[in-house]
Parts: sequence; structure tokens; C-alpha cells
Amino acid sequence: MRRGILAAALAGAALLAGCATQPALRGTGDLGLVIERASGQVAVVSHTSRERLATVAGLGDLSHAHVTYSRDGRYGYVFGRDGGLTKVDLLRGRIERRIVQAGNSIGGSISQDGRLVVAQNYDPGGIKVFDAETLEQLAEVPAEYAPGQRSKVVGLADLPGQRFVYALFDAGEIWVTDLSDPRAPKTERYKAGRQPYDGLVTPDGRYFIAGLFGEDGLALLDLWHPERGVRKILAGYGRGEEPLPVYKMPHLRGWAVAGGRAYLPAIGRHEVLVVDTRDWQEVARIPVHSQPVFVMARPDGRQVWVNFAFPDNSTVQVIDTVENRVTDTLVPGRTILHMEFTPRGEAVWVSSRDDDKVVVYDTERREAVAELAAANPSGIFFTSRGVRIGF
Amino acid sequence: MRIPPTLLHVAVLLAAGLAAALSVEAAEPQGKRHEHLIKLVRQECGSCHGLTLAGGLGPALLPENIAHKPLDSMVATVMNGRPGTAMPGWSRFISEDEAEWMVRSMMKGFPELNGARK
Repeated sequence: MRRGILAAALAGAALLAGCATQPALRGTGDLGLVIERASGQVAVVSHTSRERLATVAGLGDLSHAHVTYSRDGRYGYVFGRDGGLTKVDLLRGRIERRIVQAGNSIGGSISQDGRLVVAQNYDPGGIKVFDAETLEQLAEVPAEYAPGQRSKVVGLADLPGQRFVYALFDAGEIWVTDLSDPRAPKTERYKAGRQPYDGLVTPDGRYFIAGLFGEDGLALLDLWHPERGVRKILAGYGRGEEPLPVYKMPHLRGWAVAGGRAYLPAIGRHEVLVVDTRDWQEVARIPVHSQPVFVMARPDGRQVWVNFAFPDNSTVQVIDTVENRVTDTLVPGRTILHMEFTPRGEAVWVSSRDDDKVVVYDTERREAVAELAAANPSGIFFTSRGVRIGF
Repeated sequence: MRIPPTLLHVAVLLAAGLAAALSVEAAEPQGKRHEHLIKLVRQECGSCHGLTLAGGLGPALLPENIAHKPLDSMVATVMNGRPGTAMPGWSRFISEDEAEWMVRSMMKGFPELNGARK
């Protein structure tokens, strides 16, 4: 009898506690996802409180995972290598929807109006278009560049006007697909150069730049004047020298552009190339520690942070963009896979795969100010991406 | 004393067989090095070929994709890279025997990282 009363009292207390722990109302502007690829899960984090708020599991093979965000920052669309596309609710800390849309996928992007999510795939090579709300497939554009031959798609980015731009690794082309009518895509093709490995759109949505693995140079398409075709920039940056081996492909995205300049990884050279975005002429080349992978400008453009390919991947360097030289060489942990700036750049989050941690740096002082435990962390994606063109 | 020709024949065959058995298979790496090589393949090769080796920017390296390919040329590709493609040579990091062990293991189905860790 007494035991029964106690149980009832406990149940009542639990119920009250349940009400009391109802999460407080909050916005999403300071949230993000950290990929924990060891366990196929993502951590929901706050870059204000620098803590993990929730863990969402069951996302499949998250090697080379990528995230794009709904414009309200509530949902992260996580693209897994195994073709999984998972819509994660950051506020509730749970999976909203999940589909497997391809055999081998590399990332995706969201449309200008936020209604379409587009995946870029290696297998089957091409892009697929989904309703952002339901993940219903609306269209597919096979990257069939010659009869029966499909290319791997890289560098997908959204453009103004419900368009998407991407590059075809095997075909050496840049394609622009107009999804104004999402069930009837219209695609334009442009010759780009040998083996485009990734691409970026400038923050204004005007220029698409594809990095070329097979050539010393990059392909530039002016999307305000696509009829002019692709122009090579930084052509011959290798100066005819034998390229050094590249043990990991660099990644490009709009973070490379700040203060009227673009900071780009050289291929097969231990250099960051600096180009003026008004005339696309080389401004400088900055010697760095090793083969750059991510070259990311702090949002104000005053610093550029660089990480490196295997076997030199435990080092991060900071470039001063006035002096165009490396000012700091940091070792945040073993195997640094990714970096992400907070929206205004006072901090940068750095993932150390082999030390199972994310390190938060104060960018002014270049000092670690916090650490979060994470299982083999790779990509870090803040919701501020959701309001930028080309992310 | 003259050795009968048939006996000589047998002896030569035996010796050749023994030499083949000893030299063909590169020894399986041991201990920490074994672990290191598994991680190297899964993580570093995996950045182009996929953590599961099902392919990425580089081709798939699962048994059904490569079991029928000539071992020597696969080992040479691992050691020296393949010009005109994104494949670099890895001879700075591994010996030829280790490359051969890697290729043989891939042809059979490459070992997973420790436990469930991928």
C-alpha cells in the first residue's frame, strides 16, 4: 500500500519534471551540426554556449557528409556518402524524414526560395531534385555527357533564379540547370577543362569557379554573361614544374571569397593562390605548410585559415590578408578535417578526427578557448549557411 | 655418383614449388603496423575511394571490382600512382610488400577498422 502511494507520487513528480524540462523557446541562428562519422550520427551544437544540445543517430555512412539548411535554420539536410538524404530537426534533435536517393552521393544544396533540395551524385552520376518539405523526388538530371556515359557530379551550388550550377568530373563540363519548373529542368552545358574536382559560387551568385585537377588553372563562368563561355583563370600557375602528389582533393566553396579577393588552393603545390575578383588576375601566391584542402576566409576577410592533406593534416595555418603571409601555425589535434567560422568570425570551430574532439579558437588571439568531445568528427556546418547564396 | 633424371626432376619441382610458396605472398603485417595500414586504407585511400571502398572520385575497390585485375599492375599503381589520373603514388609511406598485402586484402574484402569504428 505504502509502496503504491510512493510509486504514484514518483510518477506525479516525473510528470511535473517532464513539463518543467520542456525546452525553452529558442531561435536557430546559432545552431549547427557536427558530423560524427564513426557512428553515423550528428551532434546538434550551439556556437553561443559552445555545447552539444543533442545527438541524432541513424544517418548511415557519413564519410564525406555534407549539410545544407532550410532558410529558417530549423532543418539540416544531411547528404551521406551512401546516398542517404536525412532531414534533421535541430530544435527537436531528431530525424524528420530520411530517404536513400542514390548509390554514392557527395552533397547537395537548397534553392533560392528554399523549396527544393538538390543532391549531387557520383552514382548514378547526376543531380536529383526533391521537395524540401516532403523529400518527394521531383526530377532527375542525369549527367549523361555522351550516349550511355554518365559523369560524377562535383561542386553543386545554388544560384539566383531557382538555378543550380555544377561540374562534371569525367566530362570536363559545367552545367547550369534551371528549376523554375521543378518537374521540367532545363540545362545549359559549357566546356570547362580537364577533371574539375569541385566548385564555388561567389557570394553574390555571379561567378562559378571550378577547380581543375588535370590543368594548371581554374575555370570561371560569369553567370551574368554565360554566352561568353568559360574563361581560364590563374592559367599556368604550376609554371611547368612537376606537381607534388595530392593525397587528398581540396574543397572549394564561397568561403574562399572575401574583401574583393578569392583565396584558392593550388593543386600539387604547397601554395594558396590569391586572385582579384574584379579582373581575375593573380595578386599573390602564399607558400604554406603542405597541400591545402580547405582555404577559408574569415567572414570579414582579414584572415584566411588553411588545413592540409595527408600526411600533414594535423596542422592549421593562418594567413594575414594584408601582408599575404602565414602568421600562425597551429596544431589543434590529430587529423584536422574541417573548419567552420561563426557567422561574424570571432571564433572558428576545428574538427580533429583522431583526437575525437572539436576545438574552438578565438580568431583574434588564435587561442583555443573551448573543446567539445565528438566521435571522429569531420564536417562542421552552422545554420548561417542557410541564408547564403552558394551553400 | 649420378642422380637419376626422374629424381632430379622431382627435386627441382619441389624446390620451385617451395620457392613460389615462400615468395608469392607478401607477409601479413603485424601488430601496430597492421592496424596502421588498415586505417591508412580506410581513411586516406577512403577519401577518394570511399571509407567502404565502394568508390568516390576514385573507382570502387571492392572484390567484385578488382579481384580479376593483375596483381602486379595494381601494386605498381599503389606504389607509383597512375599518371593522368588523380591517383598519387604511396611509396613514401609503405613498402612494396605492404602494398601487395593491401591489394591482396582488397581483392578478398578489406578488413574493417577496429570494431565498429569506421
